[in-house]
Amino acid sequence: MLIDVNMTINGKAVSGQVEARTLLVDFIRDHQRLTGTHVGCDTTQCGCCTVHVDGKAVKSCTILAVQTRGKDVLTIEGLAQADGTLHPVQEAFREHHGLQCGFCTPGMVMMGVDICRRHPNADEQTVRHELEGNICRCTGYQGIVEAIMDASAKMAGAR
Amino acid sequence: MENFGYHTPASVADAAKILVANEDAKLMAGGMTLLPTLKQRLAAPSDLIDLAGIAEMKGISRDGDEIVIGAMTPHADVHESALVREAIPGLAALAGQIGDPAVRHRGTIGGSISNADPASDYPAGLVGHGATVVTNKRKIAADDFFTGLFDTALEPGEIVTTVRFPVPLWSTYQKLRHPASGYAVVGVLVAQTKAGVRVAVTGAGPSVFRIAAMETALSQDFSAKAIEGITVSADDMNNDMHASAAYRAHVVTVLAKRAVASR
Repeated sequence: MLIDVNMTINGKAVSGQVEARTLLVDFIRDHQRLTGTHVGCDTTQCGCCTVHVDGKAVKSCTILAVQTRGKDVLTIEGLAQADGTLHPVQEAFREHHGLQCGFCTPGMVMMGVDICRRHPNADEQTVRHELEGNICRCTGYQGIVEAIMDASAKMAGAR
Repeated sequence: MENFGYHTPASVADAAKILVANEDAKLMAGGMTLLPTLKQRLAAPSDLIDLAGIAEMKGISRDGDEIVIGAMTPHADVHESALVREAIPGLAALAGQIGDPAVRHRGTIGGSISNADPASDYPAGLVGHGATVVTNKRKIAADDFFTGLFDTALEPGEIVTTVRFPVPLWSTYQKLRHPASGYAVVGVLVAQTKAGVRVAVTGAGPSVFRIAAMETALSQDFSAKAIEGITVSADDMNNDMHASAAYRAHVVTVLAKRAVASR
């Protein structure tokens, strides 16, 4: 049996029909063809699939599409402005080379935005602690941590 | 995972009705344990009853000398709550040590305690503070709620609706966190309450437990020195790839001393 789902993704109203067991990440990638959100582990550990639901970072591999009916979903594709201007966290990842292969990056950036929301002027210890649900196998985290600290300071200053 | 019927009741009574009518139905709170379990096909319920739409199970309030937390309140909300931070900072800190930020945005207190994972943090939080679990049928003292490994006093058709925490004089939670999973290898909550000192341990054994000898010693002399000679038997501890039973038994006393010393 298929269930009707309606939600907002990146500011746009979308709808579809899914099985109850369809994960949000599969709805985003396979139904909406927004493939910027990655599936790393599919076991709630790596954070590659991190998106925001009603403004809060969640792992989209561990929430059903039917659980986000009527909610506001933000993926990596919706972060930059329409004219291509990067979000401060994206800009900081570029500035500080916060990536190598790029697979974990969408999740890192989405979690980074959530960290900046909750921790203005986040220090290194806070950022490292907050990143415990996001795994990177290339960078050793150094550039990622620097990027989020920098973005956190800049976003706090812009408030 | 296998497919299932999906229900979104708007009241606890409706949820209970669906639960009773479908023998193989499961309640879903935040789904942080349930969905991974279904994905691994370790369970295949006929129906999922999503409790997210039940307003009466959400929110945090103060009722006299108790902090009342709705079962569907996520860990992040407990961690960030000004009410909890002011009245029971040790509980706010405990909630902030569960899983990772994304998990804390979804996982709930009601789901966590109903699952009763031996390595979860809230059992120590509830038993350590002498909390009361309120269900759609009755009130259960935390001491009687956790009955064993992944086992609780909940009966078929019974749903946790709120948890009531008496405001302690002081409390803290000390945890040896597994570095990969975030679960408690051992977690110790020490509370000074109007009813006396309470010491509750999670992660170490098959279920949360109190250490009466430490509670007695601390009632007479609230110092780390007073409990340095008090140990738990390794025979009763978990023994797995993460830590041996002897190690866990040792860490229980270490963390209890650390908790008391932080006063």
